[in-house]
Amino acid sequence: MITATQQLESYLESFSEFEMLAAGHSLPWLRKLRQDAFARFCEVRFPTTHDEDWRFTNVSSIAQMPFHLARNDRSRLSQQDLKLSRAEGVPCQLVFVNGCFARELSLLGKLPDGVRVGSLAAEISSNPGAIEPHLGHFLDIRRDAFCALNTAFLEDGAYVHIRRGTLVEEPIYLLFVSTGDGAPSMSHPRNLVVAEEDSQATFVEDYVSLDSGTMFCNTVTELVAGDHSVLSHYMIEREHKQAFNISTLRIQQGRSTNVVSHSLLMGGALVRNNVHPVLAGEGGECLINGLFIGNAHQHLDNYMLVEHASPHCGSRQFYNGILDGHAHGVFHGRVIVHKDAQKTDAKQTNRNLLLSDDAQIDTKPQLEIYADDVKCTHGATIGQIEGDALFYLRSRGIDEGSARKLLLLAFASECLERMKQGPIRKHVEGLINHCLFQVANASDSARGDSRGDTGRNWEEIG
Amino acid sequence: MSLLEIKNLHVSVDKHEILKGVDLKVNAGEVHSIMGPNGSGKSTLAQVLARRETYAVSAGEVSYNGKDLLAMKPEEAACEGIFMAFQYPVEIPGISNAYFLRSALNAIRKHRGLDEIDAIDFLPMFREKLKLLDMDEKLMNRSVNEGFSGGEKKRNEILQMAVLEPKLAILDETDSGLDIDALKIVAQGVDAMRNADRAIVVVTHYQRLLNYIVPNFVHVLLDGRIVRSGGPDLALELEEKGYGAMEAEARHATTA
Repeated sequence: MITATQQLESYLESFSEFEMLAAGHSLPWLRKLRQDAFARFCEVRFPTTHDEDWRFTNVSSIAQMPFHLARNDRSRLSQQDLKLSRAEGVPCQLVFVNGCFARELSLLGKLPDGVRVGSLAAEISSNPGAIEPHLGHFLDIRRDAFCALNTAFLEDGAYVHIRRGTLVEEPIYLLFVSTGDGAPSMSHPRNLVVAEEDSQATFVEDYVSLDSGTMFCNTVTELVAGDHSVLSHYMIEREHKQAFNISTLRIQQGRSTNVVSHSLLMGGALVRNNVHPVLAGEGGECLINGLFIGNAHQHLDNYMLVEHASPHCGSRQFYNGILDGHAHGVFHGRVIVHKDAQKTDAKQTNRNLLLSDDAQIDTKPQLEIYADDVKCTHGATIGQIEGDALFYLRSRGIDEGSARKLLLLAFASECLERMKQGPIRKHVEGLINHCLFQVANASDSARGDSRGDTGRNWEEIG
Repeated sequence: MSLLEIKNLHVSVDKHEILKGVDLKVNAGEVHSIMGPNGSGKSTLAQVLARRETYAVSAGEVSYNGKDLLAMKPEEAACEGIFMAFQYPVEIPGISNAYFLRSALNAIRKHRGLDEIDAIDFLPMFREKLKLLDMDEKLMNRSVNEGFSGGEKKRNEILQMAVLEPKLAILDETDSGLDIDALKIVAQGVDAMRNADRAIVVVTHYQRLLNYIVPNFVHVLLDGRIVRSGGPDLALELEEKGYGAMEAEARHATTA
């Protein structure tokens, strides 16, 4: 544990060392971006539970840990090390080790002309002119210390550019691997995706850890959706149970865009996923779909800030949570409808299953409406596995463990069904299956022979 | 040896005694009807036989196929051949009917040492049973009972029974809420499954269903006890006189 002053000194030391040598250190605009962000971080520091946006999530375990920047560890890894982590049937896979692009571990198969996919650091060095108009332009470092910190330490991550009218059928899959080196380490991957007008593509961020040890991954993705583009984004968090993962997806939506954000939080000790779309052009649609599954002492926080800034836009948020053990889940869905955003149609739904007495969910819908002709609804439920449904399955010969797992899968499938059929959905389905199997088994052994048939039903809470 | 033998069964729910000493013997090949007014304990009896764990058995024994039924979990009882058609079938969003039914069939087959049946082999058999109950195949890709009408839910129960081929089927008020056309289809589905190896217990409030599934024996359950047993005529007598007369008789018998 360290004091606040030591904490700042530790970051200052890392930053001074970093900015001297980081890619693009000689570019004045980038230097300024980093320095401003670091200054902002020093000013605001890590949030506390007194901040309304962080009321349910205590990040003092991150604040008090002396992290050093994770080393570039890519030469130590081989294809074999990643074998179990990869998604199957996806020809384009970029691998990042502690945030640094690892070309030798990546698969760069078959993408149409008009798509540029690679390392942000490389692009900064070779073609900064393409980056400058976008990088850091939409992310608000004033909102959040983590965004400021990421921007201060930004260097590598994925850079994707999709030319006007290009249809990318294969998903662009980004695998982020954390490796430990004993001491607590941090990485700040930064992704920039620019999809021009009338383009279509799917992106996946998948976070895994290969070693045990304390790691802090603080990632930011800026997704610029040009007019009429159709984009899907997946965030998969499956790091080990000591990992800290803070992620922010900032989506800038143009006119008549259709953007879908899926997030699946299963791993990590302390996880916060921010999804922040701004519907800036008329007629934009945004679907935010999420599933979080926690057990033991995991803390999984889903924070959404949906800004309706133009008329005739629609947003949907659907989040399902399954929590067992002492796990703590958070759903904080904030919708802001700006003055001119008439005919907004916004809806949010959060459903939760609590499998143990000690599991906890905080769910907070928050609507701020400054326009007068809008439709906004929200609802949340908290329940347990229904005794009647469990008995029904068992009375047909299905054993209790399998019946529980079936019911959990059924609950999770609501989220799965919002994903398009294809290799990514298959990958996600496999991960959910595996995770729920573990949860169902853990519940079984914890329950022992006691016959839990509480039959408590869904409880509507708003 | 009877397939099912219930001796002096006492059951309570929340310390309130519902069944107060039930005795019943059911042999393979027989159809028994248990009739009684609301609150007499009919559904409790059905649920205990299906091994619902919220019911506490305070005394008595139930032997099924020579085994202690009360020691079995619900899934064990099902694998041993007991099937209950629910009075209120449960909706389970997110699990398709076809998947659910195949999982159930395979759990039971596994218990009996048989190979699992795959989706391709399952389908022809399944289609035949669907036809028997005049059910649309499309319903089977939908979630279990979700959005089904009352009649569709009850037909779905009998469909499950037809697929799982139990040794002892218990129908818990399967007739309630059915119009006459749906009742006929359900009853014909059940009647088609009568055979020398299978016993069926029909729990009902009214006699109408028994026009289509004619029982070998009728038992009247009143206030947690079987007060009279007889042939199919007993059901007709009940229909005519109502439970009131029978209750008065029963009171008279206990005071005498």
